[in-house]
Amino acid sequence: MRRLRDRRTLLLGLALLLLIPPFLPGWLLFLLTVAFAKGLVVLGVVLLLRGDLVSFGHGLYYAGGAYAIGIALKDGFPVREALALVALGTAFTTVLAAVVGLFIARYRGIFFGMLSVAFTMILYSLLLKLRWLSGGTDGIPVRATTYVGLETSADTVRLIQYYFVLVLAAAAVYVAYRVAASPLGYLMRAIYDNEIRVEYMGASVHRAIYRTYVLAGALGGLGGALTAVTVGHISPDMAYWTVSGEFVFVALFGGLGSVFAPMIGSVVFEFVRNYAFKFSPYTWQMLLGGVLLVIILFAPGGLWSMFENLAARRKREPAQAPTERMEVQRVPAEGR
Amino acid sequence: MDELTIVVLNGVLFASYLFLVSAGLTFIYGVMRILNVAHGSLYGLGAYMGAWLVLTLWPGGSGALPPAWSYVVLLLGGIFVGVTVGPLLERVFIRRVVDRGEVIPLVLTFALFLILEDVMKLLWGVNSYLADMPYSMLGSISLAEVSYPVYQLLLPLVALVAAGLMWFVINRTLFGKLVISVIADREVSAAMGVNVPRIFTFAFALGAVLAAVSGAFIAPMSAVVPGISIEVIILAFAVTTIGGLGSVPGAAIGAVLVGLLRAVAIQRWPEFDLFVVYALMALILLIRPRGLFGGLEVRRI
Repeated sequence: MRRLRDRRTLLLGLALLLLIPPFLPGWLLFLLTVAFAKGLVVLGVVLLLRGDLVSFGHGLYYAGGAYAIGIALKDGFPVREALALVALGTAFTTVLAAVVGLFIARYRGIFFGMLSVAFTMILYSLLLKLRWLSGGTDGIPVRATTYVGLETSADTVRLIQYYFVLVLAAAAVYVAYRVAASPLGYLMRAIYDNEIRVEYMGASVHRAIYRTYVLAGALGGLGGALTAVTVGHISPDMAYWTVSGEFVFVALFGGLGSVFAPMIGSVVFEFVRNYAFKFSPYTWQMLLGGVLLVIILFAPGGLWSMFENLAARRKREPAQAPTERMEVQRVPAEGR
Repeated sequence: MDELTIVVLNGVLFASYLFLVSAGLTFIYGVMRILNVAHGSLYGLGAYMGAWLVLTLWPGGSGALPPAWSYVVLLLGGIFVGVTVGPLLERVFIRRVVDRGEVIPLVLTFALFLILEDVMKLLWGVNSYLADMPYSMLGSISLAEVSYPVYQLLLPLVALVAAGLMWFVINRTLFGKLVISVIADREVSAAMGVNVPRIFTFAFALGAVLAAVSGAFIAPMSAVVPGISIEVIILAFAVTTIGGLGSVPGAAIGAVLVGLLRAVAIQRWPEFDLFVVYALMALILLIRPRGLFGGLEVRRI
């Protein structure tokens, strides 16, 4: 019963996302498109957070995917097809994550976080200083002329970009959904609880973390590449560690309970940012920090669990813990 | 010859600056097992407070008090920020997450950091504060044919005094003994009658005072602008992870390493000054996963 209703909600949501856009203004389409693209980066962060690994440097892949495209275009890459460009960016970060993952998968807790910060800051300082390669602080323009063969004009570009990003994001979310429901996904949850017990059961913690890390890197690169193609311009700030901090923020804000949560969190976040920033630029970070505090201290499941609790109450069902749900709060497993 | 002098002098200056901002961070981690991202904000608050006090008491470089008092004012301003804001953060927020693993406290202090960034903007605006009176008052002297500001020579002294004080507090006082016992085993200490939460508060306050005082003393050397906390915390992360999180001597070694390396980089390859710091950090972590002086973690099943 429950699964059926969930599927119905999902199809309804997807139908809305497909049918409504032609009636929306360009700025709103743009906002949604960017939110979906960044949501993929957040999804990568969420997959790692489910194993209690906080990637405070996911900007490495976000910026990496974007700059792989930007630098290729600057150096005379002949193709202007968005799909090829995005594939290039994603492939680059997948390889990057496969290399970085070899080192970083040995670390846990704060050291994992700090090492990710170090890697993204290395990329940031290189992008900033190697002007001949990256264009320095000015960044590089990124322009795709066709989207899956479709030519764009000033009137249609936002709509085409929207559908382009929506389809790719939906595919990526589906992959993440399947992974979360696979043995790998369950292993990550077990690692969250206690990785030593996982080892004693005969599973390889290192391999599980490594695979998840590579997937998270690929998602980060895909998100970065889609953002680059949509926005049309990239700058080194994408690799700065506070941007990565924002991804962690959105991950906890949306909640770790579902692979859809990062998308919902990302859309809400972009809306709030859009308005809060206009309304009062000097208290924007304060608002972010305040919301983050409230989530950590009072609502560790994020938006997703609030949404679930609401749905459960309306159906007069007890708020039971469904299989796809997890909360940030836990009993300390290490005795201290 | 000149180049070597400049590199050494700048290296020592960077190192003392880095030690001042990292010592408190690593000490708090050692005691509480919390990496305090808001440490940079305490530095920023101290810097703003120091610059603002100097500019208010000596507008235009002269005031009712003799200018030499500005050093006392900087010190008191930093201490004031540390003992008010530090315990406030610890008591109200950080205490609630102290037993929720490593990741949640990290994110919580990141939230505090974001909030304090805007608090600084609201309190002191977005214009820069340049309070260079305590700095320019001392003038420059000639060292091996290089003209060098005296204030920059005094900063290593401040760092040495801070290191000495920390050594004294940890090794020669009752509080220090309690801190060492809490670091060794929190639960057994509590069972022996140590008031662990109170030790946490004092340790956090001590770290906060260090951060704010160093902010106040570094403020006269350059303009205080929004965003200074960000740069500081990211450098302090690098220094403490290189030295080994939780180890104060480690922070000193890390500060000297990073300081000298950065001085060399700025002289020789100016485009790579940030790069070398993080490359060194990544390299050290890859060879010694817990830093140079980091202890082994006891893994409990």
